[in-house]
Amino acid sequence: MSESIAATPVRASTVFVALLHRDVRVATKELPFFLLRTIMQPVLFLVVFGFLLPKMGFVRGGYQTALLPGILAVSLALSAIQSVALPMVQDFGWTKEIEDRLLAPVATWVIAAEKIINGVIQGVISALFVLPIARVIMGPIPNLTFGHFGDVIVITLLGATAFSALGMWLGTAIAPQQIGLMFSAIIAPMMFFGCAYYPWRGLDAVPVMKYLVLVNPLVYVAEGMRGALTPEVPHMPLLVSMGALAVIAALFWNAGLRSFRKRAIG
Amino acid sequence: MSAISTEGLRKVYPIAAPKRRGGAPPYGPPGMSAPPPVASGARELVALEGLDLQVGAGEFFGLLGPNGAGKTTTIGILTTRVLASAGRATVGGADVIKDPVAVRRRIGVVPQRANPDRGLNVLDNLVFHAAYFGIGRAEATRRAMAHFEQLGLTDKTHEKVDALSGGQQQRLMIARALIHEPDVIFLDEPTVGLDPQARLALWDVLRDLHRQGRTIVMTTHYMEEADQLCDRLAIIDRGRLLALDTTAGLKAKAPGGTLIELELDEAANDAAVRVRELDGVVKADATGSTVRIQSSEGGRIISAAIEAAEAAGRHVKNITLKEPSLETLFIELTGRKLD
Repeated sequence: MSESIAATPVRASTVFVALLHRDVRVATKELPFFLLRTIMQPVLFLVVFGFLLPKMGFVRGGYQTALLPGILAVSLALSAIQSVALPMVQDFGWTKEIEDRLLAPVATWVIAAEKIINGVIQGVISALFVLPIARVIMGPIPNLTFGHFGDVIVITLLGATAFSALGMWLGTAIAPQQIGLMFSAIIAPMMFFGCAYYPWRGLDAVPVMKYLVLVNPLVYVAEGMRGALTPEVPHMPLLVSMGALAVIAALFWNAGLRSFRKRAIG
Repeated sequence: MSAISTEGLRKVYPIAAPKRRGGAPPYGPPGMSAPPPVASGARELVALEGLDLQVGAGEFFGLLGPNGAGKTTTIGILTTRVLASAGRATVGGADVIKDPVAVRRRIGVVPQRANPDRGLNVLDNLVFHAAYFGIGRAEATRRAMAHFEQLGLTDKTHEKVDALSGGQQQRLMIARALIHEPDVIFLDEPTVGLDPQARLALWDVLRDLHRQGRTIVMTTHYMEEADQLCDRLAIIDRGRLLALDTTAGLKAKAPGGTLIELELDEAANDAAVRVRELDGVVKADATGSTVRIQSSEGGRIISAAIEAAEAAGRHVKNITLKEPSLETLFIELTGRKLD
């Protein structure tokens, strides 16, 4: 049998780049919708909690400083999770569009890994959009520092990876008709009990809560952001946040890849 | 060397699994000879039970069977999308389980339902698919335009995928399956849901591919399609291979041989009784003024049959002769009709 061009091996990195190129192309076309979907909620929170309530005098001045890192954490997590979970549910559930990628000459895990990395990129982009918007809505934020930029990057990448991988896991494990349930039963509680809108140390007042919320990965992103961006606000030690996120990211990465494989190969 | 080879291929799905393809319940008449697909008492469904196939390079091979026969499962295993529970399969010499990446390099797949990438336009569907195989944009575009030309999609190049009709989307799937010039092409029920005109157009495309020397494996539950296109056919039902031969060879195995219909001027009962006595007549039945004769000796009995009808006092108004068909064979093998 003659060896066709297609029968010659293709490097996995070449396929990976092509897959990522495809996702970036599609995401660029859908940028306005993407932003609307992922930064709407954080921005609304900013308006109410970062602008209206302080104006009315219901919250003290330092609150905005504690709120900003939390809002960044929420944008990062929401967009990372959604930019993977929604396409997965759709592709595997009914459109089957992903099948052309499943036929790519590369190990199946590479295709899943590309999707997760794509989610990381989208998470970072939406956090980058939210930051200046926050500044505009809330005005100058006392004690905000970019002095620990390396820490910010580490927390951002670890957090985005954890949530993107979680999105892969949820998106491949959940039946399409239960997608609404994912938002109300998983994402909403995660956002509200993720120490995004209040610092973790504030839960000293409710000790049971303080320890219960530790199962929530968003806590470590929000607290890590506080440790890196607004160290004046009492927060969890940075190394604890980073360590926890690294472990969580590894667990979700593993679960996400396994679940993807299960859906991809019957 | 065989382009495709399977040995004792078996696939069992757990009953509770949400995705049990090939798991359609039997809808034929009860009391069939075929064994039930469910293993005794177990919560599992056997979609394939020890399938052995050899497909030669350049062959147009058909997998024929009703829904739930195991066709899609077979294609799934050969295209590395379904893991076999037992047995071995190779495509282009590469093992589908041990080296799926090598298999994917060699195959193009046209799915049962068109699944283009809706985030991309028509041309980019091919350009990106080619990129997954390491083919650069310029080369991919050149190939894509050539395929569009052949498949009549040139004016749709920059359209959104949603602007294509069902038949056009199916042709786009064919172009996508060919863009990386695979040795082996799999088509899973490619003409389901197409109107007759689009179906005939697709047949022409497939004949062209066959002439180019590619190995083609196609599943279908349309007798006519298998008959028109395939060199060799495997008839499978409930995960088992029932017959495997060239289309002509299979037809020769059809029961009762040639079907001859004599249309008479009046009721045919007496004529049928006389025809039944003739040598080479397997069976003769009367329906109204028509006698249906199954002949084991082709058309050679026609003159004797006409004499027998005239001896019964009837005149023959019309004669039709039907070659043994896959359909009659299929009914004989499975006890049920195809669709």
